[in-house]
Amino acid sequence: MAKEVKVKVMKADIKKRTYWEQAYIPEIIRGLKITAAHFWKNIFIHIRRLFGLKTKERGAVTFQYPEERRPLSPRVRTLHRLVKREDGTPRCVACMMCETICPARCIYIVGEDHPDPNIEKRPKSFDIDLGVCVFCGLCVEACPEDAIRMDTGILEISAYSREGMIYHIKELLR
Amino acid sequence: MEFVWVTLVKIGVTLFWVMNLGSLLTWVERKQSAVMQDRIGANRANIGPFRMIGLFQIAADTIKMLLKEDWIPKGGNRFLHTLAPMVSVFFALMSFAVIPIGNSLLIGGQQIPLVIITSDVAILFVFAMLSLEIYGVVFAGYSSNNNYAMLGGLRAGAQMFSYEITFGVTIVGLLMIYGTLDLQEMIRAQNSLWKWGIILQPLGFVLFCTAGLAETKRNPFDLPEGESEIVGYFVEYSGMKFGLFMLTDFLESILISAMVTIFFFGGWQVPFLQADGFHAFGGHFAVSPLWVSILQISSFFFKLIVFLWLFMLIRWSLPRFRYDQLMRLGWNILLPLSLLNIFLTGLFLMIWG
Repeated sequence: MAKEVKVKVMKADIKKRTYWEQAYIPEIIRGLKITAAHFWKNIFIHIRRLFGLKTKERGAVTFQYPEERRPLSPRVRTLHRLVKREDGTPRCVACMMCETICPARCIYIVGEDHPDPNIEKRPKSFDIDLGVCVFCGLCVEACPEDAIRMDTGILEISAYSREGMIYHIKELLR
Repeated sequence: MEFVWVTLVKIGVTLFWVMNLGSLLTWVERKQSAVMQDRIGANRANIGPFRMIGLFQIAADTIKMLLKEDWIPKGGNRFLHTLAPMVSVFFALMSFAVIPIGNSLLIGGQQIPLVIITSDVAILFVFAMLSLEIYGVVFAGYSSNNNYAMLGGLRAGAQMFSYEITFGVTIVGLLMIYGTLDLQEMIRAQNSLWKWGIILQPLGFVLFCTAGLAETKRNPFDLPEGESEIVGYFVEYSGMKFGLFMLTDFLESILISAMVTIFFFGGWQVPFLQADGFHAFGGHFAVSPLWVSILQISSFFFKLIVFLWLFMLIRWSLPRFRYDQLMRLGWNILLPLSLLNIFLTGLFLMIWG
């Protein structure tokens, strides 16, 4: 004999609409009240701002983008930068950690000997193809020297060609 | 000869306010929706440093639409395709011929009625024009050689037909009370606050507004158009032809607002204002005829703008109906209610009339 299977049925707790709600018009009026209240409150603030009164309070949540920017979270990952030593040379030692961990494989490093015998290597070239980069931040995590960071706050990365999207060491050192 | 000149001036004035208000509504729509939703709205169109809170957007839109390619679909009916937007806008504008903006203006000892056509059948005229507008919509759908446009045209046609019935039947209650088809006479009959349509026909007001909104094909009844997601009857239109359809929508909004004002809120009547001044609570405050006319005209436009605002508010507050809900509302709810309205009006007239 087949084993009896007990199926648990969950009943959704849907409230039945009352006749008042089904009459539609009162509920519509209630909705219109909300939108109208928003309208008059905002228009009042806008007019007050027009006359230069209490300009701190705003009638809209809009950020007027090119002129006005939203504050970024300190944790947000933006355009990379190569951290400098005190003498202005990159802190990077061309250990290839970031190049290895990069899931998008967008970092290309060519290393060379560092003139200072205390430091083994330095990058001859350090390119990041931002057209390929996925902004995962793993390169920052992997770096043993804290030489690469993603805290420039620059979000508008664009170029007219694919080559233009490849940032070289000059642009990254900042 | 003088009559012709007066009429021409009246036509000019009517076209001026209707077209200006119509194009201004494109700006109002953007700005009002923005302010309602805590946004700012279109404000980037500028001439030099002047932005004029986005008012230049109207000019920018018009220039864009005029410069766009005028495209007629392959296999489409060239003649009807061109005719459709014209038909739409023409009949929308024609309706304004009988909309009175004031009682009369005394110029050179002559009373000039502030309406282009003083007609005994003004209401029927407006309704005829509104019905003819369906042709524009159906032509647009038919001539586009596009199945979706065709379906959109039929949807729009069916919707407008359905709601026109409620629209017409609702008026019967008003006709029973005021006993006239002349809009001017109807307004004159509402000469005291207690004779306004909203007091005598509250149910009729709700029904008329609902049916009127459906007539304008705007939210929550914008199934024929559905700018953002539904493919409507004007998919195959571009440039100013499309602009004319949009303009028709706004003109219809103005028309419906004007009709609500006239039928239910006393048109150009100012509360307590008679031809010779204010009469209130036994007192009398004399006002010269010119100022009476000015007050009446401003009263009409004030009410008109209030209703335009209200319809815009409704348009940006409510979600769209599903098509079966739309038809059910039209035929199963609004039509019986409008018939009930006639019955109730008759009953009240029998008891108190």
